[in-house]
Order: sequence, then C-alpha cells, then structure tokens
Amino acid sequence: MKPFVYSRATEAAAAVRQVSNERSAKFIAGGTNLLDLMKSGVELPDRLVDIARLPLAEITALPQGGVRIGAMARNSTAANHPLVRERYPVLTQAFLAGATGQIRNMASVGGNLMQRTRCPYFYDPAMRCNKREPGSGCSAVEGFNRIHAVLGASEQCIAVHPSDMCVALAALDAVVRVQGPEGEREIPFDDFHRLPGDTPQQDTNLRHGELITAVDLPALPFAKRSHYLKVRDRASYEFALVSVAAVLDVSGGRVRDARVALGGVAHKPWRAREAEKILTGARANEETYRKAAEAALSGARAYKHNTFKIELAKRAIVRALSTAGGSGA
Amino acid sequence: MNENERQTISVNLKINSVNHALQIEPRVSLLDALREFAGLTGTKKGCNQGACGACTVLVDGTRINSCFALAVQYEGRDITTIEGLAEDGELHALQSAFIEHDGFQCGYCTPGQICSAVGMFKEFQRGLPSAVSETMTGEIEFSDEEIKERMSGNLCRCGAYVGITEAIHEAFDAEVKR
Ligand SMILES: Cc1cc2nc3c(=O)[nH]c(=O)nc-3n(C[C@H](O)[C@H](O)[C@H](O)COP(=O)(O)OP(=O)(O)OC[C@H]3O[C@@H](n4cnc5c(N)ncnc54)[C@H](O)[C@@H]3O)c2cc1C
Ligand code: FES
Ligand code: FES
Repeated sequence: MKPFVYSRATEAAAAVRQVSNERSAKFIAGGTNLLDLMKSGVELPDRLVDIARLPLAEITALPQGGVRIGAMARNSTAANHPLVRERYPVLTQAFLAGATGQIRNMASVGGNLMQRTRCPYFYDPAMRCNKREPGSGCSAVEGFNRIHAVLGASEQCIAVHPSDMCVALAALDAVVRVQGPEGEREIPFDDFHRLPGDTPQQDTNLRHGELITAVDLPALPFAKRSHYLKVRDRASYEFALVSVAAVLDVSGGRVRDARVALGGVAHKPWRAREAEKILTGARANEETYRKAAEAALSGARAYKHNTFKIELAKRAIVRALSTAGGSGA
Repeated sequence: MNENERQTISVNLKINSVNHALQIEPRVSLLDALREFAGLTGTKKGCNQGACGACTVLVDGTRINSCFALAVQYEGRDITTIEGLAEDGELHALQSAFIEHDGFQCGYCTPGQICSAVGMFKEFQRGLPSAVSETMTGEIEFSDEEIKERMSGNLCRCGAYVGITEAIHEAFDAEVKR
C-alpha cells in the first residue's frame, strides 16, 4: 500500500477543511472499502482524514415521524435500532443481507453510500477501466460481464452499484445530508448516485471535501409492510446478482401506494417508478405484480453473459411484492 | 507523497489488557500490528481482504476483521485476540468446546472462528436479528441456521463446520436468554 499521512478529525468542520484543501485527500470511516481499494492500488490517497470518532453516530426520531441516521452509525447498529426495525423493516433486512457480521460492525452508513463497484476490471489496475482511468476503455463490455448492468448503462461503463442498504434507501426516498466548505446541503436520494454516461469515474454528485453527516428517512407509515429480497450466488456473504426493496400499502385487496427499487442491475440503486405506476390502484395479486415487473425491466438491455438477470429481476420483483403485500388483506 | 518522507507515528494499542507502544507507519493494519509489531501471532492472515475471517478480533467486545483496519484507528480501544480469551490459565468455554467437538482440522481459521463466535453470541444476546431470523422484531431461536448465517464471515477450508457449530452450541446454549 502506498504511504500516506494520517490525521484524526475531532470536529466535522476541520475534517471538511483538511480534505477540501488537498486534491488527493480522503475521509476514512470503517475502512472496509477504502483500504481494500488502496491495497489493490485502485485508490492512492496522499492523506487520510479519520472521521470515525466524530460525533455522527446517533440515530434519532425526526419530528414528523421520520428517522435520522448519523453517517458514522455502523451498519449493524443501524440495522438493530428499534426505530429502524419498527418503521423500516426493509432497511433492517437490507443491512442484514449485506456482507458479514464483522464487516457490518465496521462499515458506516456514510461509507456504505460511497462504496465503489465490485466490477473485477475496476479492481485490477492491469485492465482497462473508464471508471478507474477515464478514457482507457471498458473491459467489461467485451469481457466477462455476468454481474454487470442491464439498466441505465453506457458504452463507457456497465458496472453496477453493489450496496444493499442503498436499494432500501432509494425505495424509502431518503435524503442525504452533507456538510461542505460552503455549508450544508441536502441531496435527495435519487440525485445522489449517478448513471455512468460519459463520466463513469464519478459515482455520485458529492463534491470533493463534502462530508456526509446523516441520512434522513421521511415518515412512511406503510413501510412497516416492506421486504428486501436479495438473490446471489451463495446464501450468505455475497453481493447481489439482483435485489429488490418493496414497500406496499395494501388495503381491501388493492394497492394504495407502492415503492420499488432494484439493486445489482444498474450503476446506481434503481428506482422502478414505472412499476410503481402500474401497482398503484391495481388489485394486489400476482398478475399485477408480474405486470409491474415487466414494466420495470422494459428498458433492459443485456450483454453477453448477463441475459439471465432480466428474467431473474422480474421474478424477484414478483416475489418481493408478494411477500410485502402478504395475503393482500 | 515521497517515499523518503514516510510518516512514522507512535500508536498505543491496548491488547489483552496490556499496553503496547508501537512506532509504525499509518498504513500498518491492525492485523500486521498484532502479528509483526506486538508479536501476537495467534490472529491469522488468510486473504487480507475481508473474505475469510481468519483475522477476526474483538474491539470493545465487538468482532471486526483486523486486516481491514488501520492500527492507528484503534488506538485506546480494548482489543482482545485469541491469546486474551483464557482467564487465569483456564481456557474460555468455547476453546474447550472446540477441542471436544473437533471444531478444526489444520487450525488456521480457528482463532478467527473463536473470536468471531464470542462476538456473535453477544450480538445474539443483545437481540440483533440476522438475515435468517423469522421476524425482525420477535424472539429468535439459537438454531443451527442462525449460527451458520451469523458465522458466514468465517470460512474454514478444511470444512470443520459441523464441529464448529456443535462447539458453539455446547459453549453457549446454556446462556441463551429465555
Ligand atoms: C468482503 C466484503 C463483502 C461485502 N458485502 C457487501 C454486501 O453484500 N452488500 C453491501 O451492501 N456491501 C457489502 N460490502 C461493502 C461494505 O458495505 C462497504 O465496504 C462499507 O459499507 C463501507 O463503509 P466504511 O465505513 O467501511 O467505508 P470506508 O471504506 O471507510 O470508506 C468508503 C468510501 O466512502 C468515503 N466516506 C466514508 N464516510 C464518508 C462520509 N461520512 N462522507 C463522505 N465520504 C465518506 C471514503 O472517503 C471512501 O471513499 C462488503 C464488503 C466486503 C469487504
Ligand atoms: S485475513 Fe482478514 S478476512 Fe481474511
Ligand atoms: S481448520 Fe483448517 S481452515 Fe479451518
């Protein structure tokens, strides 16, 4: 690993200053993604500013019925918090579907938002990758692309976002709170991560030096009825091939309201609004769910090895909706 | 940064209740600090990238992968390794149970398995659900399925999983809160 200078931040403003002032400085939280990438020579920061001891780990109720999760809350702590378990079961399930007990104890919510793709070509500095080295080309388009995107990709990059947590946050319309050199701002979840387009090197719309301080979950009473389904190559300790966060408001056999988001299919957590439109007002049954699934994947485009993902995603949507909708009462 | 101006810092680690003052570079992982600088080689390096769990240690009672941690980040925290589990020369109940139930073959994954299981059981007692828990809010049974899911971060290439699961039951079943 390339040497770097380390400093431990004791207040957020100082951390923001230290990173903004230096192009190749980075925050480090749990370290579970950044250190991995530094060992592989993908990330080469000259300075690490440790934010792990900043007072940003609190999880609190918001006045309107929502919940605020501090950026330094560990994934296991957030998963187990009563406010999260009771109000947003889909988020608890998404956390618990990710990584392992040890990693969830280290991984922070802010770091999870910022984790980078697991595309093997991105991880290997010997390969061409537009995300790692803009302009060098994409090895995955012509390479082994079984785990790659079927929605929203570009010829520049077909990598997928690997997070489970973020899929649930997309469905829940979370808001990311950040602090930068010019003050604070809020970023709606849909605007946080980016599609690759011609700038796949940029995963998010966070600016250099901006520190994520918290994630706000708006009140969503029907989120009590929600489900996270993750399909992967082995039963545990594996990233998603496809995942679905489904939140359904069902009464009298009809869907009143719905939120659907997909993981493992695109460069960002993918909100399936076409599916939501079909669900809203329709009968809560498998036929409706299948129609919604078809709509969600209508724009899908497969590459050589990932055609199976399209049907897999559709079936996963149907199953997640059936589980979230329960008996449809 | 120039190779000649590498930063060396003093890092005080409290490992198994003993203070160690180390002069290390910030890039030294907690795992390397334990093994190469503090001379505690019980903790093992398998993959060095979070994929095997051999490097699992406890920090303030919580299990983490030490290969993914910068030593300097854990300054002042209470670090427990496999060498620190025995008390007054008496093995931890889980260590004895591993011997009794053949919870290993080559033994390379064992320190990580044991530290992980100690942390895992604390999580279970605190009521943390897992991906296989029937309910995210109700009571959870300390079943084989729960143990396997919760221990999935520890791989054993000798395949001693049956013995490992039995040992965990043996050591902890009696303590499960009812
Ligand atoms: C073996 C393995 C398996 C995994 N499996 C899964 C899985 O199945 N599902 C899943 O979702 N994830 C999985 N992960 C990924 C894991 O969730 C992430 O590594 C973790 O969430 C990153 O959080 P961290 O605190 O460790 O981030 P760090 O590694 O410390 O940081 C990651 C990035 O985020 C930036 N950053 C961190 N905090 C902030 C902040 N507050 N503001 C601005 N920038 C910040 C850092 O600068 C860095 O660029 C796995 C990881 C490993 C190693
Ligand atoms: S050595 Fe740390 S997880 Fe394998
Ligand atoms: S006993 Fe050999 S790896 Fe587990």
